[in-house]
Amino acid sequence: MSNVIRIRKGLTLSLRGKAEKVVSKLPAAAYALKPGDFPYLTPRLTVGEGDAVLAGTPLFTDKYRPEIRYASPVSGTVSAIVRGDKRRLLEVVVTPSAEQEYVTHDAMDVAALSREAIIGRLLESGAWPFIRQRPFGMVADPADTPKAIFISGFDSAPLAPDTDFTLTGEAIAFQKGIDVLRRLTDKVYLCLNDETAATSIFHKITGVTKKVFRGPHPAGNVGVQIHHISPINKGEKVWTIDPQHIVAIGRLALRGVYDVSKVVALAGPSVKRPRYFRTIAGAALSGIAGYVDMSGSRRYISGNVLTGANVGADGYLGFYDNSITVIPEGDTCEFLGWANPLRLHRYSVSRSYLSWMFPRREYAPDANMNGGVRAFVVSGAYEKVLPMDILPVYLLKAILAGDIDRMEQLGIYEVVEEDFALCEFVCPSKIPVQDIIRKGIALMVNEQLNNNTCYAR
Amino acid sequence: MLRKIIDKIKPSFERGARFGFLHSTFEAFESFAFVPNKTTQSGAHIRDCNDLKRVMTVVIIALMPALFFGCWNIGYQHAHTFGVEMTFGAMWLYGFLRVLPVIIVSYAVGLGIEFTAAQLRGHEVNEGFLVTGMLIPLVMPVGVPLWMVGLATAFAVIIGKEIFGGTGMNIFNPALLARAFIFFSYPSQISGDRVWVAGLQSPSAVDVTTGATPLAEVATGGIDRLPSVADLFFGFIPGSIGETSTLAVLIGAVILIYTGVASWKIMFSCVVGLIATGVLLNLVAVNPYMAMPPYYHLLMGGFAFGAVFMATDPVTAAQTEVGKWLYGFLIGALTVLIRVFNEGYPEGMMLAILLMNAFAPLIDHYAVALHIRRRLQRSAVLHKNELL
Repeated sequence: MSNVIRIRKGLTLSLRGKAEKVVSKLPAAAYALKPGDFPYLTPRLTVGEGDAVLAGTPLFTDKYRPEIRYASPVSGTVSAIVRGDKRRLLEVVVTPSAEQEYVTHDAMDVAALSREAIIGRLLESGAWPFIRQRPFGMVADPADTPKAIFISGFDSAPLAPDTDFTLTGEAIAFQKGIDVLRRLTDKVYLCLNDETAATSIFHKITGVTKKVFRGPHPAGNVGVQIHHISPINKGEKVWTIDPQHIVAIGRLALRGVYDVSKVVALAGPSVKRPRYFRTIAGAALSGIAGYVDMSGSRRYISGNVLTGANVGADGYLGFYDNSITVIPEGDTCEFLGWANPLRLHRYSVSRSYLSWMFPRREYAPDANMNGGVRAFVVSGAYEKVLPMDILPVYLLKAILAGDIDRMEQLGIYEVVEEDFALCEFVCPSKIPVQDIIRKGIALMVNEQLNNNTCYAR
Repeated sequence: MLRKIIDKIKPSFERGARFGFLHSTFEAFESFAFVPNKTTQSGAHIRDCNDLKRVMTVVIIALMPALFFGCWNIGYQHAHTFGVEMTFGAMWLYGFLRVLPVIIVSYAVGLGIEFTAAQLRGHEVNEGFLVTGMLIPLVMPVGVPLWMVGLATAFAVIIGKEIFGGTGMNIFNPALLARAFIFFSYPSQISGDRVWVAGLQSPSAVDVTTGATPLAEVATGGIDRLPSVADLFFGFIPGSIGETSTLAVLIGAVILIYTGVASWKIMFSCVVGLIATGVLLNLVAVNPYMAMPPYYHLLMGGFAFGAVFMATDPVTAAQTEVGKWLYGFLIGALTVLIRVFNEGYPEGMMLAILLMNAFAPLIDHYAVALHIRRRLQRSAVLHKNELL
């Protein structure tokens, strides 16, 4: 293809435990919807413990935008409402009924419905939170008209699921979902991977502008794709949505049900039989126990090793996550590790260890910090893995200084935490880069909340 | 075994425990012996195994050729000047025994202050001084009195680094600051022709004549007495302990560039700046020094060492990639200008780097401003297109 967008900076990590292309069923004793999966959301609970719910019944709503509903992924009984410090709502747990029952909506006649009516249907059914906005990566505001919707058709993160594989057999629902999205904005971009673009399930999809990317991770990050196609300037908004959620919107339009079943990858060096599972968003991870190597302590991550959440063996799959990664905790001391000239079992992007002479096909990383947190010393390291026209260190410093004008100038509107995950990975000073970005975005969101009258209603 | 001992005594060094006031010191030694069992608590779950200790180790390794050559050269210069017959091993040992005390003093004073400062602040001890402590001896003349080394190190670490907040926060390269401190505080004892060759400092050696560095030679008009290019390149000349051999420094440069620890952009633009200015001076030459071929500047004095190990110090150099080009170029250019036009002080590299250290934040400021302007223009163009 001639109009391939080349990403030159970045880093593709090749790790052990890639999911084999086999789909099993994941039995889950419980499903949870976690407000923490939706950044900057203040939830208002709409159910109580013991209530019977259907798949699609709202469990909570957005306190400041009550029209946005967050729906139960399955039918059953609300078995627990888990709260944390200051009674912050952490999880609403639903024990599934034997037979999945849905709240039924009318199928959508996409061409006949107005844009407002379609938005109304998405809000009513609980499908709206699929759509996230940039800047800030939060659930989109239904009152906005975005300049475009961006879909990343591939995931380049370490051990990420193969999007083409997870969408097998869903082409009709996906196309229907695209038709719905087309009514929300003029422009829908679907970003494809150069290697698979021609054979991909997306090849026949119509109504979208396809863009092809080539290069290392984070080429599959939608933020990087937006930056190279139509970067976000102050005052602009774009929306993003995950392909599996487009399928869910398609199902809603076709069958009138809120069906968030999806295929997720179980991967990582601590997984005995890495594979794919057909499951439903929010599934308890306890069902994977039989697939995990139980020797030593392990870390259960909902998502990938760079950006996922440490949810624990008893945790639940996150709302937006399409993979579960299990890695060794690595909470052991390594004698004179930093002085070892070889350190063959550990990966370094720099050549300061001689391990570059003996490259491994796959590394089995653990969650050890590999050093202590230090002052920022080495310059130029972040720039090599951030394929954006952004000065990472200066943006981080502006955030630490709380300088909102400077953050705007240096590109806070274009980034979310995941775009800086590789910077954090390579940082020799072990600076918590994603935390800093999160703080910066929180600062911007607060600022807008204070200024924006539409939130004050 | 060692792990067991550490685990056993660890509780008494926790904050608030009996030896809690030594927490930072204990932590430093523990993390020196073992990569800690600390795991990621936020953000990316896996991390690159490169850490600051390793980065600093690589720099130390890169300094080794200069150090080993320096030791030998001290012996060689001594033998040469005094007309003594010495074997290769004897020369090296002679030099090593002269250098070792300087290294010990530098590390003892510097690390002592670092540990105390970390302790007072309750921070972990940063690894920055591991490199500084090796750089300081290598930029000293061999004849420097040890008390001066100690004083200069203390000045560099306290005034140059700790008052700015420690490693990563300093404006000036501490090792260069130590050298500048000595040269400006004790000019009579520490310059001239006496300090560069071991043994020349004793009063009994007054009748020995040579001992001047090539830079001093040309500055005093002795351009025809310059050593051969080969001698300059290999470093068979009097000078600071680790600076004389361009070859040894180049080996270090290869290590630093290959491992990605130091910026090749800075090294390269330093050389370009130096050559460009040298050529420019050749064109308008009114004295022999201005007419000297520019490649001599590459080989003389501390230029190579400074360009490879000092100018590339990531904390005090420009931090924007654009800024690094300008920063390096100006160091090279200023080095030549100071060398050629400043009769009082022959070594331009040290002053050029310190000067550019001071200007690095300004360079970065404009590099960032340029970046922001480009970003703003991008949005302006976009809005215009949308209107059309």
